[in-house]
Amino acid sequence: MPKVTVDGVEIEVAPGSTVLQACEQAGKEIPRFCYHDRLSIAGNCRMCLVEVSPGPPKPQASCALPVAEGQQIKTDSPMVKKARRGVMEMLLINHPLDCPICDQGGECDLQDQALFYGFDRSRFQENKRAVKDKDFGPLIKTQMTRCIHCTRCVRFATEVAGVEELGAIGRGENMEITTTIGQMVTSELSGNIIDLCPVGALTSKPFAFTARPWELRKTESVDVLDAVGSNIRIDARGSEVMRVLPRLNEAVNEEWLSDKSRFACDGLKRQRLDRPYVRENGRLREADWDEAFAAIAAKLKTMPATSVAAIAGDLADCESMLALKDLMAAVGSPNIDCRQDGAKLDAGARASYLFNATIAGIDDADALLIIGSNPRTEAAVLNARIRRRWLKGKFSVGAIGENVDLTYRAKHLGAGPRTLSDVLEGRDDFARVLEAAERPMIIIGSGAVARDDGAAVLATARAVAEKYGVVKDGWNGFCLLQRAASRVGGLDLGLVPGQGGRDVARILAGAASGEIGLVWLLGADEIDMNRLGSAFVVYQGHHGDAGAHRADVVLPGAAYTEKSGTYVNTEGRVQRANAAHFPLGEAKEDWAILRAMSGVIGKPLAYDNLAQLRARMAQANPVFGRVDAITPATWGPFGAAGAMSDAPFANLVANFYMTDPISRASVTMARCTELLGPNKGATGTHG
Amino acid sequence: MSAEPQTFAFSAENKAKADAIIAKYPAGRQRSAVIPLLDLAQRQNGGWLPRAAIAHVAEMLELAEIRVWEVATFYTMFNLEPVGRTCIEVCTTTPCWLRGSDAIVAALEDEVGVHLGETTSDGAITLREVECLGACVHAPMFQIGDDYFEDLTAEDVRAIVADIKAGRSPKPGSRIGRPGAAPASGPKVLTGKKA
Repeated sequence: MPKVTVDGVEIEVAPGSTVLQACEQAGKEIPRFCYHDRLSIAGNCRMCLVEVSPGPPKPQASCALPVAEGQQIKTDSPMVKKARRGVMEMLLINHPLDCPICDQGGECDLQDQALFYGFDRSRFQENKRAVKDKDFGPLIKTQMTRCIHCTRCVRFATEVAGVEELGAIGRGENMEITTTIGQMVTSELSGNIIDLCPVGALTSKPFAFTARPWELRKTESVDVLDAVGSNIRIDARGSEVMRVLPRLNEAVNEEWLSDKSRFACDGLKRQRLDRPYVRENGRLREADWDEAFAAIAAKLKTMPATSVAAIAGDLADCESMLALKDLMAAVGSPNIDCRQDGAKLDAGARASYLFNATIAGIDDADALLIIGSNPRTEAAVLNARIRRRWLKGKFSVGAIGENVDLTYRAKHLGAGPRTLSDVLEGRDDFARVLEAAERPMIIIGSGAVARDDGAAVLATARAVAEKYGVVKDGWNGFCLLQRAASRVGGLDLGLVPGQGGRDVARILAGAASGEIGLVWLLGADEIDMNRLGSAFVVYQGHHGDAGAHRADVVLPGAAYTEKSGTYVNTEGRVQRANAAHFPLGEAKEDWAILRAMSGVIGKPLAYDNLAQLRARMAQANPVFGRVDAITPATWGPFGAAGAMSDAPFANLVANFYMTDPISRASVTMARCTELLGPNKGATGTHG
Repeated sequence: MSAEPQTFAFSAENKAKADAIIAKYPAGRQRSAVIPLLDLAQRQNGGWLPRAAIAHVAEMLELAEIRVWEVATFYTMFNLEPVGRTCIEVCTTTPCWLRGSDAIVAALEDEVGVHLGETTSDGAITLREVECLGACVHAPMFQIGDDYFEDLTAEDVRAIVADIKAGRSPKPGSRIGRPGAAPASGPKVLTGKKA
């Protein structure tokens, strides 16, 4: 390990580090614009200049200079200070200095660094250049005159997002960042270039001119719009979520966030349920809580417990799911299910429904078989990690299912279960790849097991895993990629039919035939409401989506930004979301609604506050006792032998931008759907 | 001026040339051929690169269109808008300027009838100012197509333009006939050897 001296302090740094990294390790802040530790090194902003000896007697760009044994690095010598001032003065020559009307103001790298490292005035008398703004699409607002050409956005699009759509055209003073002419940025991760942009050239379009960063109350939380469990920061003003930003978590989302998770937050302001409703004479009318509870309690009295059923939706938090389970147990009904997509997952075998390799484990894998999944739309941030692994090389990817562009080269093996059998029997060449790999990985989409033959598909995938060493000592590469934030938590809590109970399909069948008289939907909107027949439907949730329209009683709950809730992501990581503001209107936290209901029917649940409920959760399943940690699952038998149909694996995320009640209510997501979705370019008059 | 063509494809002859250029580079490194291919496309298309040609080159080299667009916009030798059939590129950088490029420009503008950066209305000649073309020792000079015209005087300029207008090919090289960048007063070294 080379030893270097930074400002007189000798430190040891890892070989291959850059001088900038050595300075950071020594606790010295080096100003920079183009350097970003997750992107390739460009070395074009020149802000990170330091003095290095031995070496030429001039300042050196520290981001692009490798450390060498015995280097003397100075980060605050007169030469360095003068050089930084010079660079800053040059950068500001063509920068408009329109901070008062710039959305980046207050969180702008250029602003901050000009203050700390810049010259106190400008000597530039000539005209500044002006650059035409570009159309980057519905999410990113451009003000290209402000651009300082760090090329972070270009490198992000090319390297991380895997869409080569951004570039720098022209040269010298005429250089401009642009998209391929006439195109918008089509990546699912495009919003991240807003965070990466060190100036106000790329800002958030939906957030434009709405708030200053210092006015916002920041709450650290967890995203629930996919099953990755990206760590987020919710910026709210009063009872309004203004924007959502990613929060660093190396093991989950690093510092990226998918566009849906970032921009769907305006959906939290629309179509909201803020008071209870009761259906009277075919119409929902506003009611108060007592009336709503009384209506449900009266209905419950009219039927046997086995006619009651409950379905938990995709955005439900673990607290409310456990409360729902306990409520159903109190009522005496075994009909409960958290798998509203009908996935044939076994709550008894935890390894069957987890992304066992963990998201960070993707970095260690050396071959990947994707079965019936499109990680790009189902878990965009996770897909970026697969791409990064692929870029490192020695990583073959095979895909069974729809032939889609995953942003990395994947060999399309086939469309349906038959190909999976071919791999198992060794008839497909990809079997050789899995055989040769030391740490092979299998990703099964949640859609692949949500079919009638789902259990057989799962069993076949397990057989493939066992045959080709996907599961062995110190490595479990069997990964089920969930789409719903609630799914793993629901299965961990055992929200599956009890003895003689009905699953989602049979609840729907029972509702249609009249055997099921009351269905409690905990934010479940993705089922076919027409199949609920004449059942009495209680919808507990936060958006007036499919479920609320069908409901006989609507109980207004809290969205994920309004309650403290526990979510378990696809890899089994238990994480806590925090409330950024109180629930709207008369809405309440969901577990509290269920607790109150239990009191109305005279069977109160055994907890009165979140702490007690969480203790009960940890008791129900010890994994909930370890927050922010993954409890690895033990391998065991799961799935069921059986015939698999020939039907190809379908792509279940038809439109990345709208998958849940929140994103369906979002104007921004509607705009994305229109411009970037599967039927882009179609206007309202089409069809 | 002709509008942007919707499509572009190499002629059979140029396709063979392009394939030969690509074959010079190791497999997987075909992107190295981007500049020669753009040059070939520009020559085929009358001296300028339409967007369709850039897309065609990108497709041939399996590159994103933006990557080729970056290259095409970086080099001033690639014209992204139509130019005259003859494009006269005058160097006005310091050595040429010291040796009288102002007079060359004045003579050119007078003789051709347009200013620098403009094309004659019949689309015959484009005048353009360029940075140093690396022929300082023969300053002042300009470039027409692949040929350098060096050691120019205003009279030379008028003669060359007259030749072009008459459809003749003016003889490139030094107008005072000095070879191999020798001093104007004749070679001072290696005088014993014949070149």
